[in-house]
Amino acid sequence: MTHSDETVIRLRGLRKKFGTLEVLKGIDLDLHRGEVLSVIGPSGSGKSTLIRCLNLMEEPTDGSFTFQGREVSPKFRAKAPAIGAGELRRRVGMVFQHFNLFPHLSVIDNITKGPRTVLGEDRAPAEAHAMELLEEVGLADKARAYPAHLSGGQKQRVAIARALALRPEVMLFDEPTSALDPELVGEVLAVVRRLAEGGMTMVLVTHEMGFAADVASRVLFMENGMIAEQGSPHDILRAPKSERLKGFLARFHA
Amino acid sequence: MYHWDFYTVLQSFDLFLMGIWTTFLYTIGSISIGVVVGLAACFARLSHRAPVRLLARSYQELFRCTPLLVQILWAYYALPMILGISISNTAAGLLMLSLYVGSFYAEIFRGGILAIDKGQSEAAHAVGMSGVQAMRHIILPQAVKKMLPAFINQSVVQVKNTSLLYAISIAELTYMTSVVNSETYRPLEAYSLAAVLYFVMLFPLTQVADYFERRMRRSD
Repeated sequence: MTHSDETVIRLRGLRKKFGTLEVLKGIDLDLHRGEVLSVIGPSGSGKSTLIRCLNLMEEPTDGSFTFQGREVSPKFRAKAPAIGAGELRRRVGMVFQHFNLFPHLSVIDNITKGPRTVLGEDRAPAEAHAMELLEEVGLADKARAYPAHLSGGQKQRVAIARALALRPEVMLFDEPTSALDPELVGEVLAVVRRLAEGGMTMVLVTHEMGFAADVASRVLFMENGMIAEQGSPHDILRAPKSERLKGFLARFHA
Repeated sequence: MYHWDFYTVLQSFDLFLMGIWTTFLYTIGSISIGVVVGLAACFARLSHRAPVRLLARSYQELFRCTPLLVQILWAYYALPMILGISISNTAAGLLMLSLYVGSFYAEIFRGGILAIDKGQSEAAHAVGMSGVQAMRHIILPQAVKKMLPAFINQSVVQVKNTSLLYAISIAELTYMTSVVNSETYRPLEAYSLAAVLYFVMLFPLTQVADYFERRMRRSD
């Protein structure tokens, strides 16, 4: 996989505490444009918290976080040159483990709600764009359906379209297939793969090791709130250095 | 055996109608103000600021834990003394009815909002919505559906609570019933008729609440 040298997200010494519990203990990370970063690690290692810090779902307690060279501010509307939570989230899309579709809105309204309320887009162009996105995720025929009538895999594909509707520069996937029945995982991963191939900059927290190896340009192994090991998918998954990573991977292959 | 004579009472039916009209006005008025007060108290209780939460909580408990009749009498007789102004019975009655129902509404609204999964506000924020936008477009539309049955039930109680205005001579249905009684000396008939009239007004409302409750359970 190719990516440019342009750094989109830069973290230095990023820390996150919940009360007295420190979940992230100083993360340094450079995410380049076009890069697909897979984050793996045992539960409780801080990988979810890390990805949730990247769009300020969680507010880091310490360290520096820049987006395209601009300091990220926890304020919703920060004055330039800083970038506030509102602008950051428009440019960094997120897909959740449990989809979190809006149950009171139809599929197409789920997708257009963001652009219409946040960007002030008119209905017609917003819906035209939403239909294109639904075509891309293979759900154009479900535009008028409600989330309750969709399968898990369909819900997650709508959630991806919803995030894409704001034309984000980075996409975050927080265990996008963990809540799915095994037979529905493939259809979601296919959409994620197409995005990766299209050059989208992505961070993907996942337990799908094979998939991580397949689409990622870099894999990051987290343990105990720190990046324990990182490298190419081959290095991390086929030639792990640390005993911990070996042990972690062994549990997956078992 | 008591000889029921509704005829005499029915002769004053226009007085009952006037009472119903006044009851209706105080109900609509106090529910409208109560919704505004309830929303304010609800959001105050969900605030990040502790003093704001405490203030709202104090208001709520003060009104939930004292009898409405005492509140109405207090507002009419004691409050003017304390403030050194005169307060009409209309103002005192409307004020206390509104604040009383508002304290209950606040809890109903708060419960409805808190019943919405945290993932909903996260998803709204993830597409760049502000807290206010998320509340308006995502949380409230879902919460309202959950609140509706409890809201209607509380409003049914509110219609009946207007009868306490009788104590400060506001001419709502119960007060007018006592007027009819004093004119006809037919208390059993007068109050029986009043009961029937309250029932006729409220029974459809409780059916509406049931309908929303059934619909809500289906869509969950």
